[in-house]
Amino acid sequence: MNTLFDKIWDSHVVSIVPDGPTQLYIDRLYAHEVTSPQAFDGLRARKLKCFRPEKIYCMPDHNTPTHDQDKPIEDPVSKTQVDALARNAKEFGLNHFGMFDKNNGIIHVVGPEKALTLPGMTIVCGDSHTSTHGAMGAVAFGIGTSEVEMVMASECILQQKPKSMRIRVEGTLAKGVTAKDVALYLMSKISTSGATGYFVEYAGSAVKNLTMEGRLTLCNLSIEMGARGGMIAPDETTFEYLKGREYAPKGEAWDKAVAYWKTLKSDDDAVFDKELVYDAADIRPMITYGTNPGMGMSIDDNIPTLDTVDAAGQASYLKSLDYMGFKPGEKLLGKKIDYVFLGACTNGRIEDFRAFASLVKGKKKADNVVAWLVPGSWLVLDQIKKEGLDKELEAAGFAIRQPGCSACLAMNDDKVPAGKYSVSTSNRNFEGRQGPGARTLLCSPLVAAAAAVTGVITDPRELL
Amino acid sequence: MKQKFDIIKSTCVPLPLENVDTDQIIPARFLKATTKEEKFFGDNLFRDWRYNPDGSLNTSFVLNDPTYGGEILVAGKNFGSGSSREHAAWAIAGYGFRVVISSFFADIHKNNELNNFVLPVVVSEQFLSELFASIKANPKMEVVVDLPNQTVTNTATGKTEHFEINGYKKHCLMNGLDDIDYLLTVKDKTEAYEKTAAKY
Repeated sequence: MNTLFDKIWDSHVVSIVPDGPTQLYIDRLYAHEVTSPQAFDGLRARKLKCFRPEKIYCMPDHNTPTHDQDKPIEDPVSKTQVDALARNAKEFGLNHFGMFDKNNGIIHVVGPEKALTLPGMTIVCGDSHTSTHGAMGAVAFGIGTSEVEMVMASECILQQKPKSMRIRVEGTLAKGVTAKDVALYLMSKISTSGATGYFVEYAGSAVKNLTMEGRLTLCNLSIEMGARGGMIAPDETTFEYLKGREYAPKGEAWDKAVAYWKTLKSDDDAVFDKELVYDAADIRPMITYGTNPGMGMSIDDNIPTLDTVDAAGQASYLKSLDYMGFKPGEKLLGKKIDYVFLGACTNGRIEDFRAFASLVKGKKKADNVVAWLVPGSWLVLDQIKKEGLDKELEAAGFAIRQPGCSACLAMNDDKVPAGKYSVSTSNRNFEGRQGPGARTLLCSPLVAAAAAVTGVITDPRELL
Repeated sequence: MKQKFDIIKSTCVPLPLENVDTDQIIPARFLKATTKEEKFFGDNLFRDWRYNPDGSLNTSFVLNDPTYGGEILVAGKNFGSGSSREHAAWAIAGYGFRVVISSFFADIHKNNELNNFVLPVVVSEQFLSELFASIKANPKMEVVVDLPNQTVTNTATGKTEHFEINGYKKHCLMNGLDDIDYLLTVKDKTEAYEKTAAKY
């Protein structure tokens, strides 16, 4: 009567601290340049080495420019941080995929595509979107820098076991509705704190029928519902995706691994602390109108009026709409936009580029739109070229940039100017997220593509 | 940052907004620091709410209002959502807050506060709304946070509420110990686990 989460968590319990948390063993630590330098300093201050350096993979992604990566980074502060990661990885004997190395990319894109992330693993990173890796059937969650140091020093972390939640989405997704829309729909229903304290398992026929890329997108956004993490039971889709990838087990080891992975599913009589069920047919292409990812609606809906918001939340709601320059009750369709961003650990995978290209093919980018198309990794970029998508996109007036987190959080020079509207496939629409004063509308690659060719917020179903 | 915790009695800074995310607590452009200078992060706490786009002080923001001050930040529900950046906890600690009171905290940020000896205190919605009202009525009103007894008291209303914290973490806070200190003492258990149970 165990859940998928229980099976993996329980098999990683080293000990339980009396009247305290669990000492959990970690199979994989990913580290990027932003949340690791102070952890390395901490190790040095305590005169410690990394306990299991071979389990740690480092790569810069947040600060990397999306052009001219063969040249030194122009911003000296970004350069210092990226250089510090390389230096620290060398000093502590860790795996490191540096900038412009063909292994590099956004950590949450690279891990799964190289099969460094495998079903049944416990995975952490100083990054809340570590929840992405749960799509492979792993227990993966974001942590703070003190916890990064903890794992480096001991290969363990002290954590309270979260409660369990299963979210089932049953039925068939309509044309033009993607995994991103499913996630934005769920957040709009349960809010950005609806799953706080829980680890979520996604199930149901609509989830089962998602591709691996779609599953990665859905699990990526678990944190935006407040969840500690999200996961999907590994199945043939997972095995098919992993087979033959660089770090996947080979030969006999592969067969043995698959036999184990097939046991990783919730038992029929497993009990969850909370269970939610949604009908896939209710989900339409989504877009956000406010300054947290839970403030989303179907693209053809009107922004909710103030009377639908509870009293304690009204001040925040009005502040949010004021920031966005929107009024309660108004429609978003037809509104002029300025920027389009395709990319991030949420939607920077090959399938996202295929979707975007399929819609803009044979059309032209609108003149009023600046579009940034940023693949999640060099492998994704290679695949884009292999499939000839780059040519289709170029013909439609779009250029493809070099990999990195880019405009998702604007730590490099891809910043949306104050007051401008950015239709973005990233994960957060917080105030200033894409640059001070920038106004972000989150959506799927199809919605982004529709806005890119029309210059206004457009229902992609009209163009498919 | 390892300071021993006991009983704190202080006035409060009220921030009655919900879903305050860590991008607001410390915007991404301040995450490029490679060191943990408390002053740097404290100076940039709530940067884009504290300053206007032209760099001038936003006098309507509570941190710039001399009426309010103290070691306790009181915030609306779902405080610290979003990014896992521990820089947010460093900024809160660096500014001089030792306690954050809210009706609900995001998980990762709550752990980050605890790991930096800032105490997150979860209170009921009613206690929180009364607290906001008490602070507004009298900004000099003090709140008592008693970690040994796990209680928080609004001295204006005289109401006290119990708050939860596990015994281990309470011991750490009261004695200035952190999780790494503990984990280093149980390495033999980790090695035993690796020999018998580890799959990867």
